[in-house]
Amino acid sequence: MYSQLTLSERRNGLLILLSVSLVGLLILIGGMGNAIAIHGALIILFCLVIAYPLYKVKDAPAPSSERLKSYYDDPTKVGIVISITWGVVGMAVGDWVAWLMAFPDLTFDAAWASYGRLRPVHTSGVIFGFGGNALIATSFHVVQRTSRARLAGQLSPWFVLLGFNLFCIIAATGYLLGITQSKEYAEPEWYADIWLVIVWVTYLILYLRTLAKRAEPHIYVANWYYLAFILVVAVLHIVNNLAMPVSLFGFKSYSAFSGVQDAMTQWWYGHNAVAFFLTAGFLGMMYYFLPKRAGRPIYSYRMSIISFWGITFMYMWAGSHHLHYTALPHWVQTLGVTFSVMLLVPSWGSAANALLTLNGAWHKVRDDATLRFMMVAAIFYGLSTFEGSFMAIRPVNSLSHYTDWTIGHVHSGALGWVAFITFGAMYSLVPWLWKRKQMYSPFLVELHFWFALTGIVIYLVSLWNAGITQGLMWRTYNEAGTLTYSFHDSMLAMYPYYFARGIGGLMYLVGAMIAFYNIIMTIRTSGEPHPDFVNPDLGIHTVEHLAPDAVAVEGAKQ
Amino acid sequence: MIFKGHYKLEKNSLALVLAIIVVSSIGGLIEIAPLFTIKNTVEEAPDMRVYTPLELAGRNIYIREGCYACHSQMIRTLRDDVDRYGPYSLAAESQYDHPMLWGSKRTGPDLARIGNKYSDIWHVKHLNNPRDVVPASIMPAYRWLNRNELETEDYNLHLAAMRKVGVPYTDEMIDNAAKDAIAQANPNDDNVAGLIARYGEATAVRPFDGKPESLTEMDAVVSYLQILGRLTDLAHQVSALESKKQDVISEGTQ
Repeated sequence: MYSQLTLSERRNGLLILLSVSLVGLLILIGGMGNAIAIHGALIILFCLVIAYPLYKVKDAPAPSSERLKSYYDDPTKVGIVISITWGVVGMAVGDWVAWLMAFPDLTFDAAWASYGRLRPVHTSGVIFGFGGNALIATSFHVVQRTSRARLAGQLSPWFVLLGFNLFCIIAATGYLLGITQSKEYAEPEWYADIWLVIVWVTYLILYLRTLAKRAEPHIYVANWYYLAFILVVAVLHIVNNLAMPVSLFGFKSYSAFSGVQDAMTQWWYGHNAVAFFLTAGFLGMMYYFLPKRAGRPIYSYRMSIISFWGITFMYMWAGSHHLHYTALPHWVQTLGVTFSVMLLVPSWGSAANALLTLNGAWHKVRDDATLRFMMVAAIFYGLSTFEGSFMAIRPVNSLSHYTDWTIGHVHSGALGWVAFITFGAMYSLVPWLWKRKQMYSPFLVELHFWFALTGIVIYLVSLWNAGITQGLMWRTYNEAGTLTYSFHDSMLAMYPYYFARGIGGLMYLVGAMIAFYNIIMTIRTSGEPHPDFVNPDLGIHTVEHLAPDAVAVEGAKQ
Repeated sequence: MIFKGHYKLEKNSLALVLAIIVVSSIGGLIEIAPLFTIKNTVEEAPDMRVYTPLELAGRNIYIREGCYACHSQMIRTLRDDVDRYGPYSLAAESQYDHPMLWGSKRTGPDLARIGNKYSDIWHVKHLNNPRDVVPASIMPAYRWLNRNELETEDYNLHLAAMRKVGVPYTDEMIDNAAKDAIAQANPNDDNVAGLIARYGEATAVRPFDGKPESLTEMDAVVSYLQILGRLTDLAHQVSALESKKQDVISEGTQ
């Protein structure tokens, strides 16, 4: 894992780990008797686990300078394995909390096992653990290939990847301990937030320094998206998390904003976490892996420009559609709807660009489940962005808001788009990185595809039904002009849908577990290195069909 | 033309970074910044009071347990929302909420005006096991609230932090935070008069969990639930005014 680090990098790595664990020790001692002390201990443990293998190779022979002629893929490899692990954990917790809604007594009288504490473990686990690690890992891969340059530095990629995972662990364990700010998708408390800023700035610097080294004059479109993802997430994260800690060694803080301003800031953040984490980042992934796997250049360069700037500009206005008919001033709500509807244009532009890229490769879509994952991802991207724009319209929102339709919509995007494009990218990347001819079992990839797709359909149909039923029951009046149904009635009507959702989620989870097994087996099964991969030197494309990004860039220029 | 310009832009990473920052900041700046400066964004509510330390502690437990994931605290300006939950929520009502808990999902009902709708005993029973009072409820049982003693020693620091972000707690409130929390759940406490003097006549002082001898997390949560929607009367005044206007209009049309 660390064999390519130079002796001084190994020493510096150990020094960083030592200083981080000293901070952990400080938190442990200062926060004694407070839940934050557990985080202090966890930080120390985390550093020890990372430091042990590094310490063992501290005096091992220095790597040869030959390595500088090839790409640096070790952090990507580790990132992919961490990502799929978080995926299985996050989805398992998700399905568990889905069953809690059908069988609420499964909390076992333990605070940590109650719905309210487990739910953010699910959301953070899949968004940040699964999605975030996949984005970091693939961005390292993509920026090197499309720039024909090795990562700028060997220590900082590890700092970014492992530092980000320390954040994820602090976040997830924090929720179980009752440490949360309550801001949706920004739950971690102030000290975890500060740590993420340090990690994220390092990420940005690493990315820009690698781009600066590029041998390609143009920055490929995938990198625009990854760059927007890194930049805007930093801005959103810092602004939305501004808070006043109660004390230096206590976990609790109070948000700098209150009431209506806080609501607007939160949903400006929340909606753009969707835009720049779950959309821009994964579009970057799509713009690299889909054309490459299909062996076709991106359909339209101009369409990718329009879509990119459309998304970057318009998404930031759309957050207020989460606050229709609330105490948020009406003019802000109106701006939110307007831009949400307009967003359909760049969103469908990207989806169409992806699907049209497949023209001439549809036979591959039929035969190759990996490419099919990416094709279906583009379709779900189109579907859920349409649904999103639709639900942002005020009268539709008056029905859908606060209901399970929203949850269905989110999962259409998360399961159908984000996770499918990630699985497609992983199934492409794992054989490339470990120099295998193909995945351990192409049959299991096929099986995963059908499990996942069936799971999504069951999930979505049940929650669309649940949400629309709730929305209609809440607003039904009888002839006397009073409400027909009590809230209790609407809850009773939900039971079959919640049950079905649990089953749909379970199928999706089984699919993810199959992926985990298949990836691990591909890595562990040693075989003859595939002849296509014997020479991974910078910019030398040994086999044309495996490196069509040159083709893609060329095609894009036309 | 545009595409030619872009052809140049995508050759320069720092220009690209700048362009992304500028283009993406516009929306947020135009929508968020004015909310801090336009005066009528938050209505004037002269009778508005701050949370007592006990209520604030209850609110923090509400956050800790993730109650906001299933319960909103925002009644929309829709007829069925108002008929079901009461007058629609005003911005003023959550002006001291750092952070706000408007929520995004109603797996359970809205709680913006739950205060005083049910008795303390109902809440205690319901939190202890929701299915004892609502057989079809899917809410988790929060039995540990009854078991856990409430920690309030550092609540002066909590109030001080809240003041730093703009909530008008006085020095006296901050200094007496821990004592006030204890007093609010025990009518026989010596400090009750001081508590009332600081937070107003309407402050509810009673053993919320039914046990005056102990201060539990249940006390805090129930005291918080019972104050929801009752920090100011403004929403009810607005609603009364509006129905009066409605009456005038309908009389006019008859």
